[in-house]
Amino acid sequence: MSEADIAAGILWFGATAYALFGGADFGGGFWDLLAGDAATGERPRALIQRSLTPVWEANHVWLIFILVVLWTSFPKAFAAIMSTLYIPLALAAVGIVLRGAGFAFRKEIEGLAGRRAAGATFALSSVLTPFFMGAVVGAIATGGVPASGDGDPISSWVGPAPLFFGVVFVATGAYLAAVLLIGDAARSGAKDMERYFARRAIIASVGAGVAAAAGLVDLHANGRYVYDRLTSEALPLVILSALCGLAVLLLLIRIKHRWIRPLAGATAVSVIWGWGVAQFPYLLPTSLKINEAAAPDPTLTTVLVVFLAAAVIVLPSLALLYTLSQRDVVGEVDR
Amino acid sequence: MSISLGALPIAEASNLLAAREQMAFTLAFHIVLSCLGVAFPAIILIANYKGWRQNDSDAMELARRWSKVMAVTFAVGAVTGTVLSFEFGLLWPEFMKRFGSVIGVGFAIEGIFFFTEAIFLAIYIYGWKRLSPKAHFWTGVPLLITGLGGAFSIVAVNSWMNQPQGFTLDAAGKVTDTDPVKILLNPATGYEVPHMILAAYIVTGMLVASVYAVGMLKGRRDRHHRLGLLIPLTVALALAPVQFMVGDTAAREVADKQPAKFAGMECIHKTGRDQTEYLGGRCTSTGVKGGIGIPGLDSFLVGFSTNTKVTGLDAFPPKNRPPANTLLHLAFDFMVGVGSAFIALGAWVAFVWWRKRDIPRTVWFLRIISVCGVAAVLTLWAGWIVTEVGRQPWIVQGYMRTADAVTPANGIWYSLAIVLVLYTALGTTAILVLRRMARRWRERGPEVEQGTPYAPPVETVSGAR
Repeated sequence: MSEADIAAGILWFGATAYALFGGADFGGGFWDLLAGDAATGERPRALIQRSLTPVWEANHVWLIFILVVLWTSFPKAFAAIMSTLYIPLALAAVGIVLRGAGFAFRKEIEGLAGRRAAGATFALSSVLTPFFMGAVVGAIATGGVPASGDGDPISSWVGPAPLFFGVVFVATGAYLAAVLLIGDAARSGAKDMERYFARRAIIASVGAGVAAAAGLVDLHANGRYVYDRLTSEALPLVILSALCGLAVLLLLIRIKHRWIRPLAGATAVSVIWGWGVAQFPYLLPTSLKINEAAAPDPTLTTVLVVFLAAAVIVLPSLALLYTLSQRDVVGEVDR
Repeated sequence: MSISLGALPIAEASNLLAAREQMAFTLAFHIVLSCLGVAFPAIILIANYKGWRQNDSDAMELARRWSKVMAVTFAVGAVTGTVLSFEFGLLWPEFMKRFGSVIGVGFAIEGIFFFTEAIFLAIYIYGWKRLSPKAHFWTGVPLLITGLGGAFSIVAVNSWMNQPQGFTLDAAGKVTDTDPVKILLNPATGYEVPHMILAAYIVTGMLVASVYAVGMLKGRRDRHHRLGLLIPLTVALALAPVQFMVGDTAAREVADKQPAKFAGMECIHKTGRDQTEYLGGRCTSTGVKGGIGIPGLDSFLVGFSTNTKVTGLDAFPPKNRPPANTLLHLAFDFMVGVGSAFIALGAWVAFVWWRKRDIPRTVWFLRIISVCGVAAVLTLWAGWIVTEVGRQPWIVQGYMRTADAVTPANGIWYSLAIVLVLYTALGTTAILVLRRMARRWRERGPEVEQGTPYAPPVETVSGAR
């Protein structure tokens, strides 16, 4: 394995972490959006807010991590993606601003109208942002980004597979969030909220599965390289993802919530790595290979060293934050 | 290109100008929040320490409120910082394609600091109730380090753009080798990094102090306000003289290593000895109009002798000269002027403190402090105008022109328009939210007396809100 392959692995690690944790935060916004009017939605919204507040910024850093590792290790791929998919990327960036600001402001704004406006901004952008990110990933997987960059700014991502991937991203985030919130509801003893999010987790998992299957059908026609490898080399991971998803579904239906968090996580993780295996050795199928796009070795070594340092410093700190947050040691303070 | 917007003439006017304006605007917005990210934790921890060790409830209340303000500014800073990461690629893809592997070294390291910052900031901000005073204070301490480390790695990248080194190019202009240590420790890092870190502390100190000065002008002269003014003001004023020395060194380094930038800043057209230093004025090709000239001073400042030869713009072909000479010159003078005023202000405060053990009690003192926050931010922007506009037409000094780095994509003017609207709304809402928070606190009185920090757990059930 070359140093470039390791850097690609680090990139995928970041993508996995962002999909899991950042994805769940976007999913929280999705459920916030659908929670109904101020009175009916009060309790689910409060639970979502409490669960997101201490962790969303740390989770958001994974996105910066992905961008930095991508442009540092594979500058050519970064430039090609950015100069082709600038429309969905710019829309995602706008969504990121609105999501973060809306969420941070909602807590501090007084008066129903203002809170509603900030809340709607947060919730709506929580749906649009992952949608455009999914479209970007779908565009890359279907070969919409040429290695030289400056690909078609519209047709590269406006197609069935990229749009279905957008839906998959939204639905997966919603699924992960609902599963996470079941546990948070259980911890605060809110039985009805547990059932509320269990129902939603079931719907989201079915939605994600259907959209993924639809995306796969289009990949068969328009993303043959990735499709072929998803159904051969990456097949074990695809099957693993499907099995974990089914297991979660069964547990949810039988109201057994014990193992659902790790299993739901595994559903997402195995599909992301399945995608990675399916793309290998391409960064941009099928025009740019990992080693062709790679930065000079000293830079790749720096990325590796930084990653190891992050593993020593950041991962334990993150574990501390999650532990404190799950034990309600850090949580919302009085306004 | 199939995008229809691109067919409009406005989009073809100048991609470069639109991209530069967008970058300048979003950076100017973000840099203020970055300053707060770097320096606010230190000021909060001073108040927190005083509150904790001296049982000072006023100081503790300040720390508590400031940390909530920081929660808002950090959130806005996190998202505006993300926008910048996108903009590198969206606006400057050619730059990133060529030099991403070089500048990425700094950003990769910054990633660790930013991550750690986000984590401990969350623990600190949301840990007031349930952590012990000691544990809580210490969860804030990593923020001092992450602020310094983050500032170092990001500003080192900008330093590299000014004095690039540590890479090898092949005939086609592709980077074939990198030396991460040389990239990070380029000659400009030595003065740019401390200059920016000090600026962050001064801007934050002045911004916070100015809020309490306004409060005192409105008649709120309690100990809470006095302390709220004194802690941040002391930090800012104590560092102002240090900043002046670092800045002075930086200017000499720029004169030596980036003479075109220096000539632009000082409006020097003809290379020669015994150069006049102009304060203010407009730069024209026949000399400075309307400024105050001090003969020989410019040469003296560059080499401690009026006989020092200073390079003028005439030494460079027009295409290699920085644009907007007057803007550069005035920005530089403004920065030096405000920096000097802060030192004078510091001397005044120190003198009064020495005689009376108190801050000056005159209304004029409070009036001056109340505008110092805005003045500090304007100075920060002026400094970045000098650095960035002064480096033009280069994005990487001597290696890549900004015009060659910009995206060929259409519609940048539209994206600029969207960004202007979005950020105006963001900035306005942020300020409104902070003002509401302040009003809420004023109306409710100190929280220490009601729901106390470090109290035993209060059970909160999800439905209780």
